[in-house]
Amino acid sequence: MSDLKSALPGARFDGFATVEETGLRGMVTLRGDLSSKVLAKAVKAAVGAGMPQSGQVSRGDKGLVAWMSPDELLLVVAHDLAGDIVVALNDALKGEHALAVNVSDARAVFRIAGDHAAEVLAKLAPVDLSDAAFPPGSFRRTRLAQIPAAFWRNEDGSFELVCFRSVADYAFGILSKSAMKGSRVGVL
Amino acid sequence: MSTRLSTGGKYLNRSDQRRFTFNGKQFTGYEGDTLASALLANDQMLMGRSFKYHRPRGVVASGAEEPNALVNLGTGGTFEPNQRATTTELFDGLTATSQNHWPSLEFDIGVANNAMARFFPAGFYYKTFMAPRAAWKHVFEPIVRQSAGLGQVPKDRDADTYEHFYAFYDVVIVGGGVAGLQAALAAGSAGAKVLLMEQTAHLGGRAVIDGGEVDGKPVDAWVADAGETLDAMPNVTVRLRMMGAGVYDHGYVLGYERVRDHDPMAEGPRHRLWRIRTQQIVTATGAIERPLSFAGNDIPGVMLASAVRDYVDGYGVSPGDRTVVVTNNDDAYRTAISLKKAGLEVPVILDARASGGGALADEAKGLGIRVETGKGIAKVKGGKRVTGVAVCAQAGEGAVLEEIACDAVAMSGGWSPVVHLWSHCGGKLFWDEDQAHFRPDPNRPPTSHDGKGFVIPAGSANGPMDLAEVMGDAHAAGLAAAKALGLKSGKAAAPKVAPQPEAAMEPVWLMPQGAGPKLRMKAWLDYQNDVKVSDVRLAAQEGYESVEHTKRYTTLGMATDQGKLSNINGLAVLSDALNQPIPATGTTTFRPPYTPISFGAIAGEARADTFQPLRKTPIHDWHEAQGAFFEPVGHWRRPYCFPRQGETHSDAVNREINQTRKSVGLLDASTLGKIIVKGPDAGRFLDMLYTNMMSTLKPGKCRYGLMCNENGFLIDDGVVARIDEDTFLCHTTTGGAERIHGWMEDWLQCEWWDWKVFTANVTEQFAQIAVVGPNARKVLEKLGGMDVSKDALAFMEWKDGQLGGFDCRAYRISFSGELSYEIAVPASQGRAFWDALLVAGEEFGMMPYGTEALHVMRAEKGFIMIGDETDGTVIPQDLGLNWAISKKKEDFLGKRAQERPHMTDPSRWKLVGLETLDGSVIPDGSYAIAEGTNANGQRNTQGRVTSTYYSPTLEKGIAMGLVLYGPDRMGEVIEFNKVDGSTVAARIVDPVFYDKDGEKQNV
Repeated sequence: MSDLKSALPGARFDGFATVEETGLRGMVTLRGDLSSKVLAKAVKAAVGAGMPQSGQVSRGDKGLVAWMSPDELLLVVAHDLAGDIVVALNDALKGEHALAVNVSDARAVFRIAGDHAAEVLAKLAPVDLSDAAFPPGSFRRTRLAQIPAAFWRNEDGSFELVCFRSVADYAFGILSKSAMKGSRVGVL
Repeated sequence: MSTRLSTGGKYLNRSDQRRFTFNGKQFTGYEGDTLASALLANDQMLMGRSFKYHRPRGVVASGAEEPNALVNLGTGGTFEPNQRATTTELFDGLTATSQNHWPSLEFDIGVANNAMARFFPAGFYYKTFMAPRAAWKHVFEPIVRQSAGLGQVPKDRDADTYEHFYAFYDVVIVGGGVAGLQAALAAGSAGAKVLLMEQTAHLGGRAVIDGGEVDGKPVDAWVADAGETLDAMPNVTVRLRMMGAGVYDHGYVLGYERVRDHDPMAEGPRHRLWRIRTQQIVTATGAIERPLSFAGNDIPGVMLASAVRDYVDGYGVSPGDRTVVVTNNDDAYRTAISLKKAGLEVPVILDARASGGGALADEAKGLGIRVETGKGIAKVKGGKRVTGVAVCAQAGEGAVLEEIACDAVAMSGGWSPVVHLWSHCGGKLFWDEDQAHFRPDPNRPPTSHDGKGFVIPAGSANGPMDLAEVMGDAHAAGLAAAKALGLKSGKAAAPKVAPQPEAAMEPVWLMPQGAGPKLRMKAWLDYQNDVKVSDVRLAAQEGYESVEHTKRYTTLGMATDQGKLSNINGLAVLSDALNQPIPATGTTTFRPPYTPISFGAIAGEARADTFQPLRKTPIHDWHEAQGAFFEPVGHWRRPYCFPRQGETHSDAVNREINQTRKSVGLLDASTLGKIIVKGPDAGRFLDMLYTNMMSTLKPGKCRYGLMCNENGFLIDDGVVARIDEDTFLCHTTTGGAERIHGWMEDWLQCEWWDWKVFTANVTEQFAQIAVVGPNARKVLEKLGGMDVSKDALAFMEWKDGQLGGFDCRAYRISFSGELSYEIAVPASQGRAFWDALLVAGEEFGMMPYGTEALHVMRAEKGFIMIGDETDGTVIPQDLGLNWAISKKKEDFLGKRAQERPHMTDPSRWKLVGLETLDGSVIPDGSYAIAEGTNANGQRNTQGRVTSTYYSPTLEKGIAMGLVLYGPDRMGEVIEFNKVDGSTVAARIVDPVFYDKDGEKQNV
């Protein structure tokens, strides 16, 4: 289908940091035994990335893999890759107890960028976002004000945040408020 | 009169004048003023009226402890009551009005209460309003409401914004006085990540005014240097205008930052609530001076000695030409010296101690100030302003020795450490006899998860009042915090301060100590709540021994200041009346916040459009554009109906139902929960979760199931589709998706952790659209694609395929009784698919229907709805759903509970259909009445309505309800109550009103 719509196409707010919806992203929830070599191999084949440590993302040529829980990963790739990856994972994991499911459309993704982007998130999520505690590659599944969310930090210091699609409006609203001009805290 | 001095004022920037109004009068002040100092500079000593007696009240203090000078600040969207003038920084254009008076501050009718004071003793509310009972509501309460109370309630929506901020530090230091600064230097140089917060706009605290030398520098120069040193340390953050509001378990601290109260036109949030995790907390919160209890100590012009000093030296304000100083300690001599040095008169220092003071007393005498030892104030003369004092012997009963004219009185009853933050989380206190105050007991700190203390008091908050001791204590506190983190002490050394020994203070809880009832009735303990020495004594006399009870009975220490000035004096008086030592009486409980914080700061971003997350389906925008009327379902907003021009909501609902039943309608069912359950044990798991058998379901088929909790009560229902041998997709109710997913994970993680099952909530991955009605198949066929004929896709089957070019999964399930398909497409294509359906359905007059039409149609079919037919006390058997409860299964959640006698009791109310005889609709929530009344005189009942609607299909009111022995009473007529007191007769019938054999859905 050509007429694919993300939750808030083109939404963007410019304050002391920039908040923008990134458009559709491919996402696959993979649950299984994270210590399994078969699973690690399947993930490597799907994304080109190794297994992430707890609280981290690992990166590969096709996207990244985020550590969600002791038995769950999130694979983040281009939107049109997710379906094939699910098929490939199911294939590779035959005989393993695992669940791979396409959740791309259940999500909205935002990028928060700017020198002090961390402060935008620190107003909403109970996470230590200092450079020392949350360097690039860090990932956290947490609470964003009143909704569940997860985010990671990119090499350029920006953040990408994933939440449920149904609350994209709310997420954009609180992120924008938190990025409001004049509201810099000045510590991150 | 009070006035601005021509020079002086350490906090002032005299080059920047600020205009403001008070009760409509134009005044000016300077940058650096507080509202209180600016009012005093303009001779506005009278700032408010007291709570109970409406006595005229002036400012007493100069900081957060101020009980009297509360004002209404701002107007309209920035209006805020009960703002302390002493902590309100002056800005250009500030508008303030005084509170609790009528008709005016200068002339207040309520002051009659004052003359009646002897009729308003402690506990008068409890005594006076006991009887007759009806009089409270109609007589007493209206009068009390009119005469009591502080500020007004804001009428407009708050125009400002607020926010939270989550922060993480090793050490949080509360208080930016010299102790806080030194503790920060010590902890910071050891390498700790430190946050230092100071509630005022400047560092240094009292020491800047009180003077002294640290490391050979005047203390204000040392403060400036320390501030610069800390600024230069990358691991130390210093925030001004930020109060430590509360200390909570495991090192959680709330910091209340007033970002732009001093600069309201600036951009950004007004307040910011810092939610801080830290390892160690240093409370360098200083000390608060205590008033003395003498008659007339509330007359405007009587102030704390330290406050007088602040106004003179900090703000360049004279509280009056002649100020009498009255004290029981050496510190107040500093005030006399300050006044004298500013060129003002101090007619006398009344030192209650017979032995008098030490070096500071000598310095005062050297300046030519008269000092009287062993003397006190019998009473203050004056009404709206001090005019003089009557001097007496402290040891006596108040015989007047001499009257001395004056404009102000500076009093000091000693100093109490600010122990609030130490105490919030359980830190204990002990009574220091020498200084007559409670201070933190280092052996009993608040403890963290490891049983170790996590709060360290520093400086005068820990007891020491001498600058040398304060600095030494603070340095040690900073090092102790670093050590607790496992850090080695850094290069910061303890500062060198020459000790300035002072003569010992002597506790004075009543002045004169033998004051009789007449004087005691005018000796105020709590200014804000009008509690006097006589009130506390009366409470003791009436049997109130616990300080907590006395607080509630007398109102001592209540309201916005929470007794910062009054508590110690009050409990000393109580102890005296009870003839027990002060530590035996103890203190009331210190609770956060330290001073009131704004509701806006607590709410943070949770207001207006982001008050709550609203969940929206991929088709929400279309609904909105159509003018749908929404209703909340969980956090979702779902269209209730789609009214057209001129239609009422019930018109719209009826049209939507008729159209669907006669031709075809469509429903946005995207909100239905969808949970994938996969694994070799998935069937076994679902057999435990649902009351019926799921493991026997064949791939490609659907089955309706019920879920109960372990107590047997029905908690959710929905259709389960088996995807393949290992995989099921469970539909839940709209509001139940997250709850049921959590329920599944709970059982899998905590109880059946060895079962091989994984779950995933994929609710939002799909837009799910129900195409419903006799023409539903034709619409889908028009779209083209997969075979949707009865043979290819029978009732209660599902298939993957394509429709109109969209990849989809089609379920043949029906909640309306009609031929019905629920079609799931990826959410990103939901809107496009909806639009395609609308086009395809046009020739059939297809229109969307909302949740109300859905409800009515399911009720016509006798289908239950979780939340209507269930309320947490209903089991499936109550609803006649025995067919969906497996008798073969050994176990399922709720099985054993449903076998308990109460659950199998035949007198449980059971589900039936109800048809009114006159065709009307039974009101929602109606009860079926029975003969007689219960013990409370209420009508007995024999059932209640659970769903009740007008059915456009049957053209009459239909209902479902739970009725005593209902299924056995078919055809019987019972009465349901109505709001107007009358009843409506309804016949008990089968709950399935429409197409009982299900022929319409199975075509």
